[in-house]
Amino acid sequence: MSQPDDSAILSRPRYGKLSPVEANFHVFVADDSGGNSILSLAQSVPKDFFNDAEIIYINTKPVDNKATLEGLEALGCPRLYTGPTIKAALPRINASLERMRMGTQVYLAGSESLLGLATMIAMQVGLDHQALQTEHQGSLARRVQCVHCKGITDNVTTQPANCDHCGLLLLVRDHYSRRVAAFQGVNINAEDPSDIPVKEEMFS
Amino acid sequence: MATSAKDLPFKQETYRNDFTFKNSPETVLRAPFPFDKDSYMYAVNMELHRDGRPGTAFEAPIDVDEHYVAEMQDRALVLDEDPLRYQSLPHMSLAGWDTLELLMTCKAETYPQWFSLTRNGDNWHWINRPMGIDQHFVFGDESTLPYGPLEYITRQAQGDFCVLDERDDNLWMDAGMITTQADWSLDFDIGMNFFEWHAPVPLAHEKGIFIRALKYLRTIQQGNPARRLNWTMTVNPRLDTSPENFHIWGPENTHITPENVADKLYLRIELQSFWRLPRSNALLFPIRCYFLSMRDLSTVPKWATRMHRVLQTLPPEIASYKGLDNYRQIAIDWLAQHDDGSPTTEGPFPD
Repeated sequence: MSQPDDSAILSRPRYGKLSPVEANFHVFVADDSGGNSILSLAQSVPKDFFNDAEIIYINTKPVDNKATLEGLEALGCPRLYTGPTIKAALPRINASLERMRMGTQVYLAGSESLLGLATMIAMQVGLDHQALQTEHQGSLARRVQCVHCKGITDNVTTQPANCDHCGLLLLVRDHYSRRVAAFQGVNINAEDPSDIPVKEEMFS
Repeated sequence: MATSAKDLPFKQETYRNDFTFKNSPETVLRAPFPFDKDSYMYAVNMELHRDGRPGTAFEAPIDVDEHYVAEMQDRALVLDEDPLRYQSLPHMSLAGWDTLELLMTCKAETYPQWFSLTRNGDNWHWINRPMGIDQHFVFGDESTLPYGPLEYITRQAQGDFCVLDERDDNLWMDAGMITTQADWSLDFDIGMNFFEWHAPVPLAHEKGIFIRALKYLRTIQQGNPARRLNWTMTVNPRLDTSPENFHIWGPENTHITPENVADKLYLRIELQSFWRLPRSNALLFPIRCYFLSMRDLSTVPKWATRMHRVLQTLPPEIASYKGLDNYRQIAIDWLAQHDDGSPTTEGPFPD
């Protein structure tokens, strides 16, 4: 499987590894294997760390994530939310970030879509994206905004890919907008619509 | 010497559909030809923007030429179709007023026969005769103008306008009026920093161009604007070569033939200037577009020769990024008749 060379994309966020910091309160947002990043961080913190924390966990594959969820439940965090999809969890993520007090640290872990959307929400409620901790786990599937119709297509794994909204065949550019939480898609065969390149799996 | 823009009448012409845009011979000669030697590579080619050379596009700090009214009509059409081409993040309002002041005062001073600005405290009176505008308003009070200050004044000024906020040792694309862009989207790039919005440009990052350019831009002070030139090529004199509409204009890239290349293929020159704004400390970044057809170029032998050599030696990555692959060879073949192999004189100006 070919991995994109992340370092070549200057507009794309750099992801690190979650590490605990001094804070009055901690908010974690994770999906699927991103839950394991929280468990890994938990190994290096005092027992009562999660008393002053909230965990928002999106569990799209309950069978695969059984052990992860049990691990999260064992942390003793009084506010553990689980939701079935990112979309379903958006109101909860929004409410939690919006009501955050000063001195709260936000940690994001999981798929690129989750990291992008949670960052976007954090920015909308006035947080600086540079203040967030992020760790990538799991899917590299991209959210893509069609530059022509502005529609967002989720879970894009191929290059090129069709826009879900206007149907144009899009080149997924290595150009990322935090504000839109998406990569840019530009019609790949505008010059000659009869030239239809073969789709290849690129971002799985 | 070339005619000053002050003597030029405004043309009725179009930048779309029937493409009636045409340069007068005087306008060809005053164009800011972007090549000072016979080859091209990215460089931080900044210079001070002052002491304008008479008879050139550098004569006035904000150049107005014979295409002014037609270009503003084209901008209005783009905005009717897609209002997102103008955007301003909430903290950029003051920079909008700064921009309005700069453009109004520059124009009224340089071209008093066309523009006038009378200020009585915050009560301002602006007259734009070519566009038939006579506006009383209160400086700083958005409710006294038909649009916000940035949108209002950039609907009356040729070229695109980016307004860059400066913070965290970087410049941020936080407002703009972008209707004549060479394939980048303000709607996608708004809010990005200097390195992020240049992310798709090949080669220049590796060469450290953007690090040096940012360093230079951040030193620009009020009253000392700077400029640089950039270029690409466009099929037909189409100002709105936006990515938003690429699926509409893209097919034209394949329409160049040896028979039509002289009049259908244009060198698209960007005169970029950089101005520190007084109240907001933002940087105003106008990107003014000039078109020269291959036939226009051929009226200046030095330019045709040089264009031929630049296209011949252009690195393939740059040619692809600029979208020239469909017609580069056709242009080289046509320009060859204007290149006898002899050396060209130094500098960009005609002999």
